[in-house]
Amino acid sequence: MSDRTNLVSRVLPAVGLILALMVPFYLSGFWLLLGVMVMAAAIGAIGLSLLVGTAGQLSLAHAFFLAVGAYAYCWFAGAPGPGGGGITLTGLELPPLLAAVLAVATAGVAGLLFSPVAGRVRGLYLGLASLALVFLGQHLLFNLSSVTGGFNGRGVPELSVLGFELTGRDPELTLLGVPFGDRERQWYVALVCVVVASVFARRVLAGRPGRALVLMRENETAAGVVGVPVSRYKASAFVLSSMYAGLAGVLLAQAFQRVVPEYFGLVLSVEYLAMIVIGGLGSVTGAVLGAAFVTGLPSLLSHYSGLLTFLAEPGTSGVDPAVAARLVFGVAIVAVILLEPGGLVALGRRLRLAVRYRADAAGPGDPGSPPDPVGHSALPPQDMTTASS
Amino acid sequence: MTRLLELLAVGLSLGMLYALIAMGFVIIYKGTRVVNFAQGSLLALGAYAVARIAPSAGFWAASVAGIVITVAGSLLIRFLLSRARGHDHMALAIATIGVDVVLTTELTRRIGPDVLSMLDPWGAATVRLGGVTVPQARIAAMAVAVVTLGLLLMLFRYTGWGVAMRAASADAEAASLMGIRLGRVATVSWMIGGALAAGAGVFMSTFPSAGLDSHASTIALAAIPAIILGGLDSTHGAIVGGITVGMAKSLTAGYGSELGFLGAGFGDVMPYVLMVAVLMWRPSGLFGTREFIRV
Repeated sequence: MSDRTNLVSRVLPAVGLILALMVPFYLSGFWLLLGVMVMAAAIGAIGLSLLVGTAGQLSLAHAFFLAVGAYAYCWFAGAPGPGGGGITLTGLELPPLLAAVLAVATAGVAGLLFSPVAGRVRGLYLGLASLALVFLGQHLLFNLSSVTGGFNGRGVPELSVLGFELTGRDPELTLLGVPFGDRERQWYVALVCVVVASVFARRVLAGRPGRALVLMRENETAAGVVGVPVSRYKASAFVLSSMYAGLAGVLLAQAFQRVVPEYFGLVLSVEYLAMIVIGGLGSVTGAVLGAAFVTGLPSLLSHYSGLLTFLAEPGTSGVDPAVAARLVFGVAIVAVILLEPGGLVALGRRLRLAVRYRADAAGPGDPGSPPDPVGHSALPPQDMTTASS
Repeated sequence: MTRLLELLAVGLSLGMLYALIAMGFVIIYKGTRVVNFAQGSLLALGAYAVARIAPSAGFWAASVAGIVITVAGSLLIRFLLSRARGHDHMALAIATIGVDVVLTTELTRRIGPDVLSMLDPWGAATVRLGGVTVPQARIAAMAVAVVTLGLLLMLFRYTGWGVAMRAASADAEAASLMGIRLGRVATVSWMIGGALAAGAGVFMSTFPSAGLDSHASTIALAAIPAIILGGLDSTHGAIVGGITVGMAKSLTAGYGSELGFLGAGFGDVMPYVLMVAVLMWRPSGLFGTREFIRV
């Protein structure tokens, strides 16, 4: 049975990757944009899941670090000049790839600046304290207008290497008869980023730091006694999750092509929390699934609102797609915590076990032992922390 | 001088309202160890119910109805949380965020772009006290807050429930073994928390604010620096923290033109700056229980 599991866990990602590589040849711009947004959100969600699910540190500041990533990229790569509303923008005009790396680093530094708090304050207190960053961030985004463009926001420079635009249209490119515009290119950039980000997260979690973080979550004192530098690890987890958010911010900025302060508010932080809870706390796969659910739902509802006649037109007092999506994921958060704290990942695992049990029971001869009952621990560690041990 | 006095008076009255909201958070936390992120939407629910009922039943009857509805809402949350598997407090707090999302979304949709009036008896009337002009509604709010907070402090100190709650908050397991019914402590905590949110919501929507708009549920978030300043599990801390936040907001907003270099609207951010400063110094707030670990 373990051979089969091994095979599945090796083959499935490969098949998924091949499918993902083929997508831009078959799907239209809407789906590509949605995919890019989901992948960007998945990266942010993986970072948050490391922090909340594995280290047990609640954070509502994720929107702030996304904003830092997005705006830092725009500032490093952007050209100085007039912005909207009579604002003069500043910018360093660095090569975009360098700017992207610096933006991720800036998000990390922002996390580091908060680490005197993040390293000492625990659990729920940190969740409450991190609200400060969201509100402070909003204030800065609106007021540092020479960097952020103020209320009107700021255009996003294309990501490019030596004049070849990775996320734009220049130079024109056609592969196998499919014109490769900005959405197609963004898809591949996001795909590379999400693969690297999730492989890296799995490595971190399966290794020493991951085990230390889980131990800290379960018992801080015990972790300290066996020699885990608790404050430093907490702060590092916070910085790492900020850098993931920074990368997500850079990718989202590419998808939107214009960043506005309003987007990076508390609602966004709550959406990221929803992603990791719905997907399954502390799991990389869960973070990706949750990101797809929370990011995809509003777009899908509005895309198909013609078919879903119970939804009202946006702007009227009825339930429009955005409202419906928020209601659904609010209910989903509560339902997951009440019914299946392991989220979609645990649900999938349970389903797989049930199917296998049936197959075994129906098969001749060996009746097989009944499957282990799936535990209901709030934070299932299987997926990433014990996978390789 | 008059301006400073006026700002202090406004700050104090605002601070008392924050103290009410903060007290709601603290009581629920002490009674159940849950940080109720849905406190903001409960506040908006209470104010919304009053605004809808007041035109037909009058302000006072509407207020009673609003409090009853909000208490019912908070009891519903308590019931939901009691169904949760496991009692991981972070998971429960996240569940309240889910409740908050649902309730806030629905209320925001219902309120829409409108600004609802509480139809309160004070209206926009003001009183002059020694050269300082203060809205009547705020004086009423202060009176109500002082009486409510005073009664609550007495409740904690002198009633059986108060003792039970303090015991439960000190060590739930030991309290339970000594025969304290944790379920009842939790139920009453949620009821008081809901009622406080409704009361604060009504006064937050009277003059000098224009009325209840769709952003009402964020008001409670402004009380979060108050509970962190004071300490999550300290009732006195909630009062001190609330007044500090009210004063800080009022003074920073009042002297906004002198503090222009900090950017427009810095008054709203000031409490969070204070909060982070305090956390760096004392990670569990000024009056919060410090955790000592013995090995």
